[in-house]
Parts: sequence; structure tokens; C-alpha cells
Amino acid sequence: MMMKIPYYPGCTLNTVAKGFDVSARESALVLGFELKELDQWNCCGASFPLTPDNVMGLAAPAKVLANASSEGDVVATLCSVCYNVLKRTNKVMRDDRDRRREVISGFIEEEYEGGLDVVHFLEVLRDKVGFDRVRGAVKRPLKGIKAGAYYGCMLLRPFDDVGIDNAEAPVIFEDLLRALGCEPVEFPNKIECCGAHLAMGGEDIVTRLSSNVMASAAGSGAEIIVTSCPLCQYNLVKSRERMMEEGGDLRIPVLYFTQILGLALGQDEDILELGSGLHDIRPLLEERGI
Amino acid sequence: MSRIGVFVCQCGNNIASTVNTKKVADEMAKIPGVVYTGDYKFMCSSPGQEMLKEVVKEHKLDGVIVSACSPHMHEKTFRKACESAGLNPFRCEITNIREQCSWVHHDKTKEVGTIKSIDLTRMTIERLKRNRPLEKINIPIKKKALVIGGGIAGIQAALDIAEGGREVVLVEKEPSIGGNMARLSETFPTMDCSQCILTPKMVEAELHENITIHTWSEIERVDGYIGNFTVQIRKKAKYVNEDLCTGCGECIEKCPFKADSEFEMALNKRKVIYTPFPQSVPNIPVIDASNCPKIQKDKCGACAIVCGPKAIDFKQEDRIITEEIGAIVVATGYELMPNTRFGEYGYGRIKDVISGLQFERLASSSGPTGGEIRRPSDGEIPESVVFIQCVGSRDEKKGVAYCSKICCMYSAKHTMLYRHKVHDGQAYVFYMDIRSGGKRYDEFVRRAIEHDGAMYLRGRVSRVYERGGKTIVQGADTLSGTQVEIEADMVVLATAIVARSGADQLAQRLGIGYDKYSFYNEYHPKLRPVETVTAGIFLAGTCVGPMDIPESVSMGSAAAAKVLSLFSADEMAREPITAFVNEPICNACWDCLNACPYSAIESKGVKDRKGNIVRWIANVNDGVCQGCGVCVAACRSKCIDLKGYTDEQVYAAINAF
Amino acid sequence: MKIDREKLHSPFVEQVERVSGEVFANCYQCGNCTGGCPVSFAMDYGPSQIIRLLQLGQEQLVATANSMWLCVGCLQCYSRCPKGVSAASILEALRQMTLRKGEDHEDVGGLPFPFLKDAPQQAIISGFRKFVS
Repeated sequence: MMMKIPYYPGCTLNTVAKGFDVSARESALVLGFELKELDQWNCCGASFPLTPDNVMGLAAPAKVLANASSEGDVVATLCSVCYNVLKRTNKVMRDDRDRRREVISGFIEEEYEGGLDVVHFLEVLRDKVGFDRVRGAVKRPLKGIKAGAYYGCMLLRPFDDVGIDNAEAPVIFEDLLRALGCEPVEFPNKIECCGAHLAMGGEDIVTRLSSNVMASAAGSGAEIIVTSCPLCQYNLVKSRERMMEEGGDLRIPVLYFTQILGLALGQDEDILELGSGLHDIRPLLEERGI
Repeated sequence: MSRIGVFVCQCGNNIASTVNTKKVADEMAKIPGVVYTGDYKFMCSSPGQEMLKEVVKEHKLDGVIVSACSPHMHEKTFRKACESAGLNPFRCEITNIREQCSWVHHDKTKEVGTIKSIDLTRMTIERLKRNRPLEKINIPIKKKALVIGGGIAGIQAALDIAEGGREVVLVEKEPSIGGNMARLSETFPTMDCSQCILTPKMVEAELHENITIHTWSEIERVDGYIGNFTVQIRKKAKYVNEDLCTGCGECIEKCPFKADSEFEMALNKRKVIYTPFPQSVPNIPVIDASNCPKIQKDKCGACAIVCGPKAIDFKQEDRIITEEIGAIVVATGYELMPNTRFGEYGYGRIKDVISGLQFERLASSSGPTGGEIRRPSDGEIPESVVFIQCVGSRDEKKGVAYCSKICCMYSAKHTMLYRHKVHDGQAYVFYMDIRSGGKRYDEFVRRAIEHDGAMYLRGRVSRVYERGGKTIVQGADTLSGTQVEIEADMVVLATAIVARSGADQLAQRLGIGYDKYSFYNEYHPKLRPVETVTAGIFLAGTCVGPMDIPESVSMGSAAAAKVLSLFSADEMAREPITAFVNEPICNACWDCLNACPYSAIESKGVKDRKGNIVRWIANVNDGVCQGCGVCVAACRSKCIDLKGYTDEQVYAAINAF
Repeated sequence: MKIDREKLHSPFVEQVERVSGEVFANCYQCGNCTGGCPVSFAMDYGPSQIIRLLQLGQEQLVATANSMWLCVGCLQCYSRCPKGVSAASILEALRQMTLRKGEDHEDVGGLPFPFLKDAPQQAIISGFRKFVS
């Protein structure tokens, strides 16, 4: 019987980032396990409340966790933001008795004490599957593709709460890319912010931050950028559009890491939603004879 | 013919980068009398020294030249090596081809450096050829130490020497030992009560059988040299017979006259017959003669009337006592720069502007307010106190260029003491940098800020002035880039630490060096920090420069260790580089005697066979002579010469150039 | 600027401390947060300056500065703060305090349609949380 891992997709993966979702689920099947979507889930709130007095902001993610706890002792996520919010909320529910009480009695009306293990799909690949097994399953090695792993913020910070990898010098992404045959490229902005929610009303700043990320990656030799956050992906892509409108030229494709994974595992390109135009990695693969 | 060996050191690349050491060695081989030459990477290393010893034996050398660094660095090393190879150590000479040659010439073709090294080495060879073997001089040591200054550094030095079994004479200018530390309330970073940790040491010093304390005394004159100083101490008139006084204090009680208390920094009055503070050591009062009507106008005399043991003596005069001393520890301490120099801060004009030491007295439970923080003007408890750091420190124009080092820490301490005593009071500190290097020091400052709510503002205060009965402090906070104005109830100035007034005169009396701020010079600031250039005189505490209590205590103990190691032998050997008189041609003009800065030259009678003195000549005391050569330059008949640097040697060296 | 006890401990200052859970005195103004902040270039006052102004009790300057609206919550400041102070939490507190007074920073009705159509939900939701009461 195939191993099943309870899986929280989150809103964005159900809508504008379908490719992220599909490619992950399909890849999981190839690797011998199933990402089983939670029977019941709601939005995580998309931002962890940074002030301790904002208990209301914990209600939505706590509800997700409480529901998930009836389906297993672990929940996996793909979106960096969901991961960050759920993992940090889980820690509060586990360690902060006062706030836990407030959340339970004031909002979710369901007992939950942080017993779940919130993991990112990358952690599943690293810790449960193992990158060596991933390497063994590769059917179409992406040989020589220079990939810049863009971590952004939410996957890494704050270290004490998230702890997926060294927050200042992470390698988990690169290790995966290497297993897929890619050549990971180190670039200075890989842990810098894309502009996040300033997408709403702060386009100038987003353009500046996101294009810095892309320029940094391209300048270090990256041919593609790989991310695990739909908001990062959106900001990078939109920023490039705005730059191109103003005569800029940054042609580097931005993909979800699961799309790259799916390609390497030999999945049908059509189901990976690889995008079109500038996002499309296929011309590059063709050029390299992959 | 001489049998000289020349060793040229490469000193890694220090010398070799601008000097062709091989060529220097080869050139030297051509000089008559030189039987061995060679160059080597590090002559001072163990293999280098071993090689030198081997060569001395193998080639039966009677003289050695090492062309290397300054003789200050390794002359001793190489002379010792020669000695162990059976050569008289004074037949080993150093040519300095590093500090005075390779380091100052940047010619990478090595041409200039090589030529100069050849010249310098050749000169040394000629000088060495005319060197005579010298024998070290042994001088006896008197095993009694003098400690000048009875603050914490001096007390520590005296106690350690006394515990080591040697006699100590401790001289203190004030009526009690204790120094500035006796004034302090609590001490950073542990917040021990200063008096509680100091007074046991004061009492221990007083009761120690090896320690003699002279308070109200000063150093009048110092003669002699290491192991053999003669010191005259002026015991100022106390007008109280120390042998009779029981310290009952009746006289102080009955004295009807008052003057500003020096100990309380003028925050309070004391009687005219007084001890500075209740725990004074010795507990014997002195009469402040200039304010005593009995001494000035023969009126009053109340103290003498009530004194049971009849210890009051209005006729007492200063006395000079003489001590024979082997070593001296100087620990004269510090004082604060006069605050009146900073008119912009209003000290002396605005009553509630006080110094850091005055704040110590306000915070001290034995102080004028019994430990309550009350401002001088009206005795009210201040609701806001502004502490200003770097008053006079790091101020090249009006003050001193150096950092007074302890103010950051004691200002932080002051804010804590204030907060602990006035719970809703607000302390502000204006600082330029917070310098809190030291064990648990920075944590202490952070505690003042984070726990005790001190508001730190980064900037200097421009001005303190009065407006409508309020004291206004106007400065800047450069962190926010703004001008800042605070209404203060009291202002405390962390004034620069300066050397004791008169420190320079004492240095001249002792023959030790001091800097432009009158702080005493160490022999070497890093490697010989408690020694002075004058052998037998050691330093401890803030007379060297600003430092805190632990450093002062460490230095006191270190100086004591130096004294005890000196006293561990009955005699000491010293370098025989001294002047000598060619007796038949001395015509007793005494120019040398007058020129000698060490008083090493005396007159000596030349006797005939019957023992009658027929004429007088100059004679050099080998124990005192420092070999400076001033007498040689002064002598008109050319009858004084310096061993190891005779005229003959010097001329030969010049001729070889 | 006048400084006194009332300002240093004003209700505003105390409220920001309470909401953010941070103690301003803990900040020793090394400037690391401003140094690493991706948006400090556009702020009226960088994160460390905001904290400084709060230490000095300068409500007016803090409350009118654009800094709180620009903070993206990337937590670079907090990650690298040697004193463990979260400037992001302080800016969040300022934002919350403003929003709780009903003063929105963004007009929901005025958001462009292409944005609402294309943007990931998380952008819209977190944007609402940061900018709208």
C-alpha cells in the first residue's frame, strides 16, 4: 500500500498556481507516495501575525491544523507562505499556553495542542524519500542546466521557528537540483525579499526588489530560477513584464521546483503547466538536447 | 690578531628584503681579524643561537658581531649565548641593520641597504677589536620597600610586599590612607560597597607588623640607586602627638570651627581638627593650621583642653625622617580635572551641576546626605538627572586627548544607583561611545539601559544653562540626528581623570619619566608595564594612566612581585657599562660631577704613602652610574671614559666608515 | 526635540511596546536591521531609526512615517538582530494600531482588476491584512 502524506495545498495552489500543485502530486506518485489532500481545509491567512497580541490572526491557521490533526500526525505543504504560517502557528499552539487558550476558546472551539508535524514538501523529499532515491528515479537528467535556487523569506525565517535549513546559507534546494542533474548556481539575492504583499499598491518597490533577484541570479550564470512560493513567482514574473515594457531585458524563466522535479522524473510536459513565452523552459531543454 | 666572527641575520624578510645579507657576510670576511662570517634566517631562534655557540667554539672566536635588530631586542640573548660558549659576554656586539637600516630603506634592489649594512658592520668590528672584557658589578640590596601613595594600588602593593616578609614604608599625603576609592559608594560591575571592601585592607595594612604608615607626609628627597636608595620623608605637622593620641574623637567633637571637607568634595563641612572620614587609618586627627584660630591667632585651644592624654601639640613642626630603601613603588593616583574649565556646563555657577566623585558622595551611605540622592541647591530629590560623559576627556582643545576609561562604567553605575534610590527618577546619559571593555562590563551597561531605564543619548552636550529656575541641558542625539533639550534637576559631569598635581615634580625627584599629561612612563607599555626606566622604581595604579580598581589592584600586586623578586637575593649583578676616571690626568675641575644627572660622581682624595691626602680627583660610583656618557662629553681633560664605548673605540668606528 | 519623562513613557510608546511585544530599550542602535532591510531605501525612517524615535518618545514622527506601510515582514531584521529585537513586529504594531483606528492604507474598491484577477490569493489576503482594517 502506497504511503499517504496528508497535504495542505492552500488557496493559491488551487487557483493560479495549479502547475505547482499538479507537478508535486504527480512527482510524489512516481516516488512512491501520495500527497493526500486534507478532507477539510481553509485559508491559512497568508501572513503570520507578527504581533503577539493579534490572536485573531492565529485562528485560521489553527483551524487548519486542528482539522488536519484528525487525518494524521503530519501535514505537508508546498507554498512557502502556508508552510511558514502553519509551522509558526503550530509552535504557538504547542508552546504558548495562554495564546493557545485564547485561540481555542475565542475562535476555533476545538482542542488542539500543536501535536502535528508541519513539513514542507522539500523536507519530505530530503528526509523521508532521500535525495539519493530521487536521483535514482530521474529519467530525464537536466544535465548542465544552471539553476538559481530562490528561497526568498518565508521558507527560511525566522530560523528558530521554521528551521528547515540554515537561514543564511541554505542548501536544501541546491541539493535537490543537483539530484535532478542541474548545476545549482549560487547568487547573492537568493534569500532576499521579492517585495511580497507590496504587490498590492507598491509595484515600484516590487519591481526593484524582484528584478534585483533576477539580475543577481542571471549575473551569477543562472539560466532558470526555481522557487517554492507562488507570491515570489508572481512578483518576479510581473516585475519582468513591467521591466520589459520599459525596455529592460531579463529573459530568465521562473519555475516551481516541482515542475523541474516532474520534468526530470520524466512526466508528461503537458500536465506540468510549464507556461508559455518567457516562462517556458522547453526551448532551453531542446537547445541542450534534453 | 683578533679572531672575530660576524653573523648576519636575515630576520625572515625583515632584513633580507632590502639587504643582501650574504653579500654583507662575504664583504666582512675580507676584514683583517675576521675569521668567520655567515648569514642565517633567524639568528635569535634556538638553532640560530646553537649555531653561534658552535662557531664560537669551533673557530676559537674571541669576539662576536651579530648584525641584526636593535640591541634593545636581543643583545642580552646573544651575549648570553656567547657566555655559555665560554666567551666574555661583553665581547659580543650588535650592529643594528634592521630598525636603522632595512626598515627605513625601501630599495628593493637591495643596493642601499646592503652598502649601509656593510658600513655599519665594519664600524662595529673596529669598535669590537678595541673592546675589553668587562665583569658584571655586584651591588648589595637593602630589603626595605617604600610605597608612595596609600590608595588601593599602594595598599595592595604594601600588603603583598609585607606578606612576602619584607618591610614596607607606606607614605600618604592625606591624613588617612584609602585614596579615591574610599570616596566611592558602590563599585562596578558587582556593586560591592566600596568602603566595605576597602576598609578591611586599610586596617590590615595598619596592623601589619612589616608595614609602617606615614600619613600627612610627602617625599622630600630621593638619592641613590636600585637596592640603595636614601629617602627623606617630610612628616607634616599634625599638631597631634601620634604616640599619645588614642583616637577618642573628643577634640573633633569640641572644636567649634569648620571648613569645607576635602574628602566630601566641598559638599559638606568638617571641623578644623579632623579625620577625613570615620574609618580613617590611622584614626588620628590633624589640625588644619590655616583655619585654626589657636595656631593663627592664639585663640581657642578647645581641643587641647578636652584631650585626656594631652596629645594636642600646637608647637609641633614638620619633621624630616630618613629611610634606607631598596625599592620604590610609586602609586600616587589621580584627581579630576577642574570642572571650572568648562564654562558651558556651568560647574561652580549652577549649584546642581556636580562632578562624578561628588555624586559618589551623595550616593554613599556615609556621605553628606546619608546616601539619599539630594541635590546641593535645595536638598530636594531630583526627578531627572543628566549624566554627561567625556567632560574634558577626548577633548583636545580644552581638555585632554585621551579617554578616561572608567567614566562609561561609573556613569552607568550612577544611573543604576540613582534608579535604585529614586524609583521614578529618570536618568539620561549623553555619551560619545560606550567603552565597556572588561569582564561583565558591557552586560552591566546594558542592564542600566534595559533594566534600570537609563536613557542613553549619543552626542555631546553643547551647553547647560538656567532658565526660569530650571537647569536646561542642550545637546544632540546623533542616532536620530536631532538636537535635544532636557530639563534637568541635577547634572553630573564625568570629568577627565588627570595625574595628581605635583606628579611631575615627584617624577623629577625620583628620576623617572612622565608624559605630557604627567602620567608616569612604563619601561615598556606592554612587556614591562610596572617598571620604570630607573631600576628599582616601580609603578602601580592610576599614576600611570586612567584605570579601574581591578587594574590598579593587579598592578599593585605586580609591582610587589617585582620588589619581592629583587629582594630575593642579597646582591644583584648589573651591567658594567660605567664611566671610569683616568686618575693621573684628572685635574679636579668637577665639570663631570656637576653634569652627572645621577649624582654618581664624587670627589676622592689621593693619598701618599703616609696616608696624607695630596690631591682630589673625581671618582665614579659604579653602583649609581647609568653609563649615559654625559660626564665623558663634559670632561675637558679627556680623563673620563665609558667602558664599552671608549673614545678609542668610537674613533675607530668612525674611521672605519 | 524636547525630551522628558512623560514622553519617554507616553501611552503611545507603552502601547507600541505592548502590541509588538518588544522592549525598545533592548535595542542598542547597531543599525543591522536598517542595513539588511530590503525596503529601507524607500522608508522615511529605517527600522532602527523608527526604534530610536520610539526610544525618544517621538509619537508624531513615528506615526506619520511611511515606514510601517513599507515593511514586507521578510524578517531579515529579526533574523540578524544581535539583541533579538524584531523591528518587523514593531512596524506591524504601528500598522495594527493605525488600522484598529479604522484608518485604512489601501482603498479596496480602487484595486485594479488585472491585479485581482492574476495575483495569487495570498497576495490579496496578506495585502488586506496589512493595509485594511
